[in-house]
Amino acid sequence: MVQKINSQQILTDAKNSAIERLEHDSIRVLICAGTGCVAGGSLEVAAAIQTATAGDMKTQVSFIEDGCEGIAVKTSGCHGFCAMGPLVRIEPLGLLYCKVTVEDVPEIVEKTIKKGETIERLAYRHPSTDEIYPVEHEIPFYKNQTRIGLMNCGIIDPEDLGEYLAHDGYQALAKVLGMNSQEVVDQIKAAGLRGRGGGGFSTGQKWQFALNEDREQKYVICNGDEGDPGAFMDRSIMEGDPHKVIEGLMIAGYATGANAGYLYVRAEYPLAVKRLRKAIKDAEEAGLLGENILGTDFSFKALIKEGAGAFVCGEETALMASIEGERGMPKPKPPFPAQKGLWGCPTTINNVETLANVPNIILKGVEWFRSLGTDKSPGTKTFAITGDVANTGLIEVPMGLTLREILFDIGGGIRNNKEFKAVQIGGPSGGCLTPEHLDMPLDFDSLAKVGAMIGSGGLVVMDNETCIVEVARFFMEFTQNESCGKCVLCREGTKRMLEILQRIVDGEGEMKDIDNLLDIAYAVKDGSLCGLGKTAPNPVLTTLKYFYDEYVAHIQDKKCPAGICEALKGYSINADKCKGCSKCARVCPVGAITGEIKKPYKLDQDKCIKCGACVSACPFNAVEVG
Amino acid sequence: MAVAISASQRKFERVNEIIQKHNGKKSALIAILQEIQEEYRYLPEEILTYVATAMDLSPATVFGVATFYAQFSLEPKGKYIIKVCDGTACHVRGSGPLYKSIRKKVGLQDGKFTTEDMNFTVETVSCLGACGLAPVVTINEKVYGQMTPEGIEIIIEKLMGKEDNQ
Repeated sequence: MVQKINSQQILTDAKNSAIERLEHDSIRVLICAGTGCVAGGSLEVAAAIQTATAGDMKTQVSFIEDGCEGIAVKTSGCHGFCAMGPLVRIEPLGLLYCKVTVEDVPEIVEKTIKKGETIERLAYRHPSTDEIYPVEHEIPFYKNQTRIGLMNCGIIDPEDLGEYLAHDGYQALAKVLGMNSQEVVDQIKAAGLRGRGGGGFSTGQKWQFALNEDREQKYVICNGDEGDPGAFMDRSIMEGDPHKVIEGLMIAGYATGANAGYLYVRAEYPLAVKRLRKAIKDAEEAGLLGENILGTDFSFKALIKEGAGAFVCGEETALMASIEGERGMPKPKPPFPAQKGLWGCPTTINNVETLANVPNIILKGVEWFRSLGTDKSPGTKTFAITGDVANTGLIEVPMGLTLREILFDIGGGIRNNKEFKAVQIGGPSGGCLTPEHLDMPLDFDSLAKVGAMIGSGGLVVMDNETCIVEVARFFMEFTQNESCGKCVLCREGTKRMLEILQRIVDGEGEMKDIDNLLDIAYAVKDGSLCGLGKTAPNPVLTTLKYFYDEYVAHIQDKKCPAGICEALKGYSINADKCKGCSKCARVCPVGAITGEIKKPYKLDQDKCIKCGACVSACPFNAVEVG
Repeated sequence: MAVAISASQRKFERVNEIIQKHNGKKSALIAILQEIQEEYRYLPEEILTYVATAMDLSPATVFGVATFYAQFSLEPKGKYIIKVCDGTACHVRGSGPLYKSIRKKVGLQDGKFTTEDMNFTVETVSCLGACGLAPVVTINEKVYGQMTPEGIEIIIEKLMGKEDNQ
């Protein structure tokens, strides 16, 4: 039987005993069990370390002066440095081992765990300077970050309530229970917290709207329907620090006068669902969720709703329709959810990351929060940096850092030393930023000015071998697929835009297609009810703005400058590289290559069927595509 | 057809249990369909009609929900469900060629997503949130990161070998 934490005093006691328990473990080995590292085999690594350290290991540990009291081998949430996974963190040494396999385990146990020695080959090695960084917080990827929302991710065992309690867990809740609702709302307003899910609307203001409603039944919802392809910060927070999300939701509930909350999690995140379920169960058993929390009048019930795969459900009204068991189709606003939301009751919907920021603001105060980030966008923002960048992963930085700092200082630059072409920010509804934006600060307002948005914080980096027209087509295909079909302009407009973009990448575009694209884009923007339709044309509009020449190259010259679009690929033989060996001519199935031995060969474009056989056959890389 | 009828009767029993577990609440329709799909691997048409009757909903409502969400399939799926992530990060790192090579490997013709022998279903999925490992492929629940056409072919060959031996 778990002791019920039903007063502030017991919560403090529980915290202290949890700290004591953690301190007892002189050595903590944390193996990342985020989706990425699990795919790389981190659970097998964890099991191997657990087996190897089972039994009387502590007598063998020599590097801790007073002897070792205990060794804890734990799986944790996402450490963020997904490109280097599976990751293993060893405390108190602060070491981070990268790409660890089961074969590495005996050495880790013998050298690092028993003797405190660093194994250099497992440490992070900087790809360009070759410098070795064994200690986690010295690695450039981590050094330039400020982790608030992700504070506990990778540090605590997400399935252990005690570890969360030891890290000030539920202390913010205890604090707000001593305040009245308006005071809590005022504090969030003063902090200037803005919604991290995309819109950037003032969270305090949102709470105020719901608080103003004089109704018996109200709801709060945590929006974990992170549908933007290329974003996974919400998944990482839910998986790595589930109690923090629940605590944030409870504070939102207390502040707005709601006694029930839903966590809406997308179906593609089974691990997040599992961890949240466990967290809710543990919190209920400890009395931190349920009736008369911490001996006050506040009661709160948390429920999980699993999505079923629909991007549009990230939109508030669609999400609520989905919770009600219907097709997730948006409704016109007003009425706003704060007045008439779930089952007609006032409802507040906040994004996962927004809620994860709340406990820290309550505990550390408004001043502290405002000291981070910019004046209009205080605090930090998590970004998922992916695509053609060296250090893919999850980061958290103060708002207002420049794209250059994020991509080059933290992201380690473009993969394989290629050239930076563009970055898509904010998913399919966002926009693309180009080299000219590298020194622009990333915050809500600066991005809005250039037609992009922070969105949920996905940064997909593209190098010069990415075809921007094809990317625009890809996004349009996505939004077209996900359009719920309610608004005619969104349903039909995205379909027509997709057809046009498909024609262009197939080499069948005409110049008037560009005008048509623009006409439809503005019509869809104006004529759609929800954010999906309103922002669906963004990728087309921003790419047309910054990469107009590339569209023209596809349409007029019938060329894909990046050499990606199949239909526009042209093969040619570089006369300087060709040694005249005839290998290409012999493999060509249609006889398109002719020439004399030891003289440069020629390729007949009209005969060529673009099969690529010559490219594979040429020993001198003389066959060029583009 | 006698066998088929008794089989479907058994089906309905399990469906009843699932509906009862959720007290037949309309708001639980999505969860009910998810559990039914977990049980049968897809949503057979006659079961959807049955759910509608049992929950006092119109068949259009149930079909409407079942066809709205990408997670639901109205057609039977193969033993191994191969999902190729086509999120942005995976897309720019080559999920397109990966998808094509998987389809070719398992022998899927135009318009088909499941092989004749019901062993493989190949589909794309919008984003699995493992973008750091792009391109990502999942086979049933197992995640394979940083996949290449060559790598996935080896994995599929192993699965094919396993099926042939049975």
